[in-house]
Amino acid sequence: MKDELKKRIITGPDGFEFEVDPLNDYYCDAPPKVHPPAYVKIVEDLFNWARSESIWILGFGTGCGAIEMRPLMTPRFDAYRYGVQWRPTPRQSNLFIISGYLSVKTLKRVIRSYEQMQSPKYVIGLGSCTINGGMYWDSYNTIKKLDEYLPVDLYIAGCMPRPEALLKGFEDLKKIIRAGEGEGANIYAKNFDWYKANQKKVIQDWDMPDYNW
Amino acid sequence: MRTLYAELNKRFPLGELTVQREDLGFITVEREHLRALLLHLRDLEGFTHLVLLTAVDWMEEGIFQLTYLLSDRKKRRDLGLRVMIARDGASMETVHDVWPTAATYQRELCEMFGIDFPDSPGVHDPFILEGWTDIPPYRREFDTKKYADETFTHRAGRETNDPAEYMKKQLYPDGA
Amino acid sequence: MFEWMKIPYALLTLFIVVNYGLLMTALIAKIGARVGRRHGIPIYQNYIDLIKNYGLRSSITHGFMFYLGPVFRLTGGVGLILFVPIIYGSEVFSNFSFAGDLILALYFIFFGTLGMALGAGESGHPYAAIGISRGLSQVTMAELPLAMAVFAVALQYQTLSITDIVAAQQGGILNWTLFTNPFAVAAAMMSFLGSMMRPPFDVVLAPQEIPIGPPTEYHSSYLALMQTNRVIFPIAKIAIFMSLFFGGAASWPVFFLKVFLIYMVSVFVGVVFPRFRVEQSIRWFLIWAVPMGVLGLVWV
Repeated sequence: MKDELKKRIITGPDGFEFEVDPLNDYYCDAPPKVHPPAYVKIVEDLFNWARSESIWILGFGTGCGAIEMRPLMTPRFDAYRYGVQWRPTPRQSNLFIISGYLSVKTLKRVIRSYEQMQSPKYVIGLGSCTINGGMYWDSYNTIKKLDEYLPVDLYIAGCMPRPEALLKGFEDLKKIIRAGEGEGANIYAKNFDWYKANQKKVIQDWDMPDYNW
Repeated sequence: MRTLYAELNKRFPLGELTVQREDLGFITVEREHLRALLLHLRDLEGFTHLVLLTAVDWMEEGIFQLTYLLSDRKKRRDLGLRVMIARDGASMETVHDVWPTAATYQRELCEMFGIDFPDSPGVHDPFILEGWTDIPPYRREFDTKKYADETFTHRAGRETNDPAEYMKKQLYPDGA
Repeated sequence: MFEWMKIPYALLTLFIVVNYGLLMTALIAKIGARVGRRHGIPIYQNYIDLIKNYGLRSSITHGFMFYLGPVFRLTGGVGLILFVPIIYGSEVFSNFSFAGDLILALYFIFFGTLGMALGAGESGHPYAAIGISRGLSQVTMAELPLAMAVFAVALQYQTLSITDIVAAQQGGILNWTLFTNPFAVAAAMMSFLGSMMRPPFDVVLAPQEIPIGPPTEYHSSYLALMQTNRVIFPIAKIAIFMSLFFGGAASWPVFFLKVFLIYMVSVFVGVVFPRFRVEQSIRWFLIWAVPMGVLGLVWV
């Protein structure tokens, strides 16, 4: 753990001494809650329809697959037609695309970003590397099964899948959401301990709170 | 490249020369001459750019080979300097004061090969691997497959069939 | 005596403006996409985004002011709409306008920005703080020529009531302030560019640089509130500009058309010019817009 994250006593400019514990002071440490679909069915269906037609992607490219997402914004593929947009901050996004291989160092950032997203939230694993490690199957530094660490709604296989495959993936994700099966956030909250145990097994220096939104 | 080698050889005791191309050569040097040679090349010969600093693990000989690849932009030629250092307790003098970029390369080498560069800024900070506890992964005695098997869970493979056998079984179930 | 019928009438105005705003911003996004040879978002996309953001299940807070930020912002937009006569000569759509509503409108234009500053400051995100400091300095600077232009108009027509100002501009296009006092209008339009959050003055949000400035930490319902405001506020602002400088509108179609055209001014400028840094935009306002405002005052 880095020095600046350790609990320590600090003397202020006025000579007053106080204790600083960055992990508890800067983050919230409450576990995630299960948010049931609390509304009547027809309202929930309306919301699910809206969620499926307004997918906001977190602009975070974790691996080489990120290069396949860029053409989607261009005139040739133009994913905006389908209500797919990119947001620069995890707070406002609903969909996290793990684009390709995920190294352990990136996994740490991915977990933090994922937990900052607001439920309901979805995860797409893009490319073979997220499914079984792909060509990095014996690498010491990339994870092999994404669904051990995050609840994945959909995998898009390929190395790399073309942008068309991504568009098809969005359409399939829309079907999943409309059917009310895009409950990844609740699965994550329910099996929180299992996910955390898996995450901590590969992330050696866990220098953040267990839940850090 | 050979004229440059002859020129340099007058001033420094140099090792073997490998000419890969007309504009790319490698020279083996002793580690105590490296610094003077680098400064000479940078200030007098026009090799102003440190392209990369990397290492090769010669495990059987018990040495690391450090390669300093320099580039002369004006004359469009590249020169690599090879330095052999002992593998046990590997340590090398830092050159970050000659090229500041070297600090990053040295940090990476320290992490990936476990070569120490005393006095190089931030050389022990984690670079790509955070909280790595095993032996440095680019050393050849590190078994990456074994490590991956122990650390990560693999997805079970699919069931596969030999097409000829499979079709035979489908078409002639009683083995006729 | 207060006429209670004004309240539902004002709400009706608000309803029309919100829907018009949602469709118009989508249309402008579509036009932008067409320029890039894309199809762009569907025209009803803004509605879906709104429903989705209101329908998100979880939201977190960073403190009391974090709640109030979007509320202040929305108050700025809604307040502006409610106290400004939208349609000239219409009893239904003149809202709560009164003799001094011009002063109130000026205040409301600034109000939302201040509320946003407090709320975003509390979110604790460094990008939000950077965006806020940039935004406040830029908006303050843009406010100066606008204030001058408004003073010039008020002096010219000897009134602080927007309805009276519109009334004075009736009877032909040449009676518009645009032609009777071009310098004041020029100053106001420059200020208008500065407050529309479009290039070259969008360094506050700067999506590629400090994603995305003040609203970085805002999400779900907060964000939905701010989206609502983002469609109301520009229209309310443009309505004031239209009333002060472009002869106002006597019916809804004229209103829609004029608002759209005035909005397109900022869009055109935005697609042509690259982004200013804060100090550059402040200098630009000081060198070009403020002298225009002074000239406008002198002209009167």
